[in-house]
Amino acid sequence: MTPGSTPAACAALLRRDLTLAWRRRGDIALPVLYAVIVVTLFPFALGPEPQLLQRIAGGVVFVTVLLAMLLSLDGLFRPDIDDGSMEQLMLAPQPLALLVGMKILAHWLTAALPLVVVAPVLASMLHLPPPAIVVLVVALAVATPLLSLLGAVLVALAAGAKRSGMLLALMLLPLCVPVVIFAAGAVAAAQDGLPWIAPIAWLGAGLALAVVLAPLACAAALRIAMDT
Amino acid sequence: MANWVPLWLHRLGSPPTFYRFAGAVYPWALGLAFVLGAIALYGGLVVAPADYQQGDAYRIIFIHVPSAWMSLFIYGVMTLAAFIALVWRIKLAETVAMASAPIGAAFTAITLATGSLWGKPMWGTWWTWDARLTSELVLLFIYLGIIGLCHAFEDRRQGARAAAFLVLVGAVNVPIVHFSVNWWNTLHQGATIRLLGPSHMAASMVWPLLTMMGATKFYYIASLFSRVRTELLAAEGGKAWVRELAVAGVAGGKA
Amino acid sequence: MTSPSPLLEARALCFSRQDEPVFGPVDFALHGGEVALVEGDNGSGKTTLMRVLTGMLHAGEGEVLLDGAPFALDTMAGAVVFLGHHLGLKFDLSARENLAVSAGLYGVRAGTSITAVLGDVGLAGFEDEPVRRLSAGQKKRAALARLLLLPARVWLLDEPYANLDREGIALVNRLLRDHAARGGAALVTSHGAVTFAGDEPRRIRLHA
Repeated sequence: MTPGSTPAACAALLRRDLTLAWRRRGDIALPVLYAVIVVTLFPFALGPEPQLLQRIAGGVVFVTVLLAMLLSLDGLFRPDIDDGSMEQLMLAPQPLALLVGMKILAHWLTAALPLVVVAPVLASMLHLPPPAIVVLVVALAVATPLLSLLGAVLVALAAGAKRSGMLLALMLLPLCVPVVIFAAGAVAAAQDGLPWIAPIAWLGAGLALAVVLAPLACAAALRIAMDT
Repeated sequence: MANWVPLWLHRLGSPPTFYRFAGAVYPWALGLAFVLGAIALYGGLVVAPADYQQGDAYRIIFIHVPSAWMSLFIYGVMTLAAFIALVWRIKLAETVAMASAPIGAAFTAITLATGSLWGKPMWGTWWTWDARLTSELVLLFIYLGIIGLCHAFEDRRQGARAAAFLVLVGAVNVPIVHFSVNWWNTLHQGATIRLLGPSHMAASMVWPLLTMMGATKFYYIASLFSRVRTELLAAEGGKAWVRELAVAGVAGGKA
Repeated sequence: MTSPSPLLEARALCFSRQDEPVFGPVDFALHGGEVALVEGDNGSGKTTLMRVLTGMLHAGEGEVLLDGAPFALDTMAGAVVFLGHHLGLKFDLSARENLAVSAGLYGVRAGTSITAVLGDVGLAGFEDEPVRRLSAGQKKRAALARLLLLPARVWLLDEPYANLDREGIALVNRLLRDHAARGGAALVTSHGAVTFAGDEPRRIRLHA
């Protein structure tokens, strides 16, 4: 790959973000730890009856994963903006949307993928039956990149703001509603022995759209954020 | 894009022009809103007959339905204004979009409150996860997110631009939310009683409803124009036309 | 090497923040081989001018031309490199790793390498040290190395002399002289404490 070509630029940025995440690997463990803690608290709050836990398992794991992802989203662009790296990205010859897409990919790999990996463990703690666990993992595999992409747009919008912690949650909620409905709906359908492909297909359609549109929206939002 | 669009918008969108225009329209719009609102309330609460199923409880639709309609209508206006603001960088469009948000949020809140008041006698509960109420709740969160984002910036215009972008994101999201909530509702067998049944409404019920819809429109115009005027004065405080206005106000007592 | 149209040109460039003018109409044309110094007191809009020239900040009025063509973030294809108050270095990475990222994004000037440019700015022996452990002046030098490595013809340097010792200042001057000799152009801001070695540079004055 010649330096400065588009593949080289994407590879360089991806490698940079993964290296940075690896140098601070303790931070990767935090969302996972958070998810484990939250899921562990549910049986204490509701009682240990397997029927009850089994009923809520899919929804609990899904909402927990969502909240854990929210924790790490704020760090998606802010460090780059604070240390001037974002300026370097914006002036680079490659389309900003593509570079932002690489950053989102790196974020998904470091912040969401570990959650997808521990999700079966969390679901088993709540007695979700194995066939439904498979559906849960499939649903998460489609829904978490979608959430990363949608969240990235909002983080980019709030990047120029003084404070954004609670604001991010408020803005993300309306965007999450359809994702939560379809992903948790697929698990519920699988538990009831109903066909669960349709909601996953809807999520997949959403993901396909978001892969194309979200980086573009993100780049536009970052330009607004840097326009100060 | 054609060149005349920005030109035309720039002319109408010039703050002093709009300030004067809005000042002239405001008292008429407010007056019409109150007169039409009073007529509609009289028609809805006194003239219209009681519903044979729901008794007098249904009368809340004369507030609920126009509010629900306004909550979406105002979002539509905001979307248009936000699009103009982002594409042609017209300050007035930013102001219109941001000044609309609290009004839209208020109508959404009224829709939710009246829906909930109606739900108590009909469903026996203050809140139910009915598809339309849920969509309306999500719409309220979208409005609050837009207002919050707009105020989270130190630079007023940057906040308005970021929030205008969020308005467009929300405009894509609202139909998706509505669709998904409907799907979710059929999955979970939600409540099926509807505020507006499939039966045809009597004419004596329809005219107060339509009149109230007119009243809410005029109220929106009055409230929006008044907010935009205030915003323009605050944002353009240093400009010559505002200074002239202030001087004239001191000298003549009336602006 | 002289090109027919100036490398970087500003025509009646104005910028206002909240309707308060930050800098008045600025006109200049910078040809290949020229270095210009933007002078002005604190708050006169030097940094703002730089950010407008990079295209990150939307100018109120006037236009910026690059090679005679109107300039936009999407089209300039790495012709401009910007060094601002924030150096754009990742502190958890070494200088070498940081430069490798920049090289991947922008490409590399023919005939140089990361090791060579790091040696050139006096960071030989510190290539693999995390930037976090370098001194403020060394961090600045690592950022300056990026200028040498990337093929950009236009340099926009916002306060490049800050944090540098006498030797570092000489280094910046040498880099600017070499860049001009190669046919590049540079715009440098400074609040005036520093004099260029060698030729008297062009001066662009901003008034507060």
